[in-house]
Amino acid sequence: MTAASAWRRALRRPWVARIAVVVLLLALWEVAARWWVDPIFLSPPSRVFASLPAVFDTRGVPAALRVTFWELAVAFALSVVIGLAIGLAVGLKPFARKSFMPIILLLYGTPQVTILPLFILYFGIGPASKIAFGVSHGFFPIVMTIVAGVQNIKPILLTSARAMGASRWQTLRYVVFPHMIPSFFAGMRLAMTGVLLGVLLAELYVSTAGIGYFTTLFTQNFDPTRLLGLISVLAAMAIVLNEIVRRAEVHFGRWHTD
Amino acid sequence: MTPSGKEREGRLASRAVQAAFLIALVALWYLATTRWRVSPLLLPNPVAVLRNFWEILRTGEFLGDLRVTLTELAAAFAIAASCGVVVGYVISRSQYRIRVFEPLLAGIYSVPIILFLPLYVLFFGLGPASKIALGATIGFFPIALNTIAGFGYVDKMLVVAARSMGASDVQLFRYVLLPAALPIILTGMRMGFTVALLSIIGSETIASLAGLGHRIVHLAEAMEMAPMFAYIAFVVAIAAILNVLVSMLEARGKRP
Repeated sequence: MTAASAWRRALRRPWVARIAVVVLLLALWEVAARWWVDPIFLSPPSRVFASLPAVFDTRGVPAALRVTFWELAVAFALSVVIGLAIGLAVGLKPFARKSFMPIILLLYGTPQVTILPLFILYFGIGPASKIAFGVSHGFFPIVMTIVAGVQNIKPILLTSARAMGASRWQTLRYVVFPHMIPSFFAGMRLAMTGVLLGVLLAELYVSTAGIGYFTTLFTQNFDPTRLLGLISVLAAMAIVLNEIVRRAEVHFGRWHTD
Repeated sequence: MTPSGKEREGRLASRAVQAAFLIALVALWYLATTRWRVSPLLLPNPVAVLRNFWEILRTGEFLGDLRVTLTELAAAFAIAASCGVVVGYVISRSQYRIRVFEPLLAGIYSVPIILFLPLYVLFFGLGPASKIALGATIGFFPIALNTIAGFGYVDKMLVVAARSMGASDVQLFRYVLLPAALPIILTGMRMGFTVALLSIIGSETIASLAGLGHRIVHLAEAMEMAPMFAYIAFVVAIAAILNVLVSMLEARGKRP
């Protein structure tokens, strides 16, 4: 078998072709950055990759990455807790749902980025404002999916649980919670997207210790190598966090299929 | 009581709760600024905000910033929609290409693209160009993905049936593929429009020279709280109007 036909056969697998596309794009970027584009704007990927140790050696960058990761984790945890509490409070009673869902939908629909300066004003320029802004993006999807999940429980299950003498807590524990789990994890995935967006927006807007400080610094110094390095590290962090939540969704959403 | 009467009563009650909630919110806000002496640097008086809001509308001082933001939005959406539909259509023409490219696009879409804003500012400067580029990038993905979903998953039976009845390529596109794909593409366009609007206002907030987001930040830095709240209300209203318009267009386009 010749090399050409082996190559063609390998390309027939989508994932091989996908990697080939990525490699091709990286090669294009490399060529463009080396010969066409002014080096104060763009660096080739090889140099960005080689500079990753230098990025981590920059004074303050590891600490900034830790701060940003901490902000993301706290914001996500708070979003889940607040979203769960509001979602259950609103979702479990049909009257509360009819009364408050329109208000929640209205708030969810407003562009929160317009009030970003207010968050800075109220919570300061430190991590607190990033966490608060991340939570404001993160808890809405959880409220939505919890309310939808509670609403979709078949009434006959609730009726039969009560007919068999289940207490209010037992109904919650054995009927409502298990049925909520798939939508809860779907909400967690959306919440992670929202928290990433909120925290990073606030970081980029103003930052003293987090990652936004360094993106601004590298941009103003026309240092695209380290800027790209830092952005790739953050993108990798976002991908890993998204992937963890997605895996959890697949894992925990699997038990009932209908 | 008849069930419909009971239902109507329930709806009335929940409307009443909503109204009471909003009124209580405004009342608390008013009391906080008048009675409880919350600093006007943190929370301006609602009456002052309302007065500023009318002032902004009456003098028309918002026109310049509104024009900048809307121009950026129009340019970004035009780029995102044309590129997204063309790329999506080209990819959707073979199952192989869908399997290669769709996970790639979905993967990139799951990265928060706002991260690249510093790069865009580096490439395109602080002016409208960087906002247009960012809005176009962010709006591109939902449109391309939905175009792939629309054209790529048309029921095979319909295509085979049309072919066996002797439809030409153009006829197949016009009478089978397009009607099947259009609703999904329109949904993608609405999503793309919304995220483009958000990212443009967001990037104006972070780094810009003009535009509605810039105006809010400018007022915030000057600690002009009442005009700032008025502008926030104005931007929220503009965004709501735009979203309603786009949803109406989407519903209209979906009607057969």
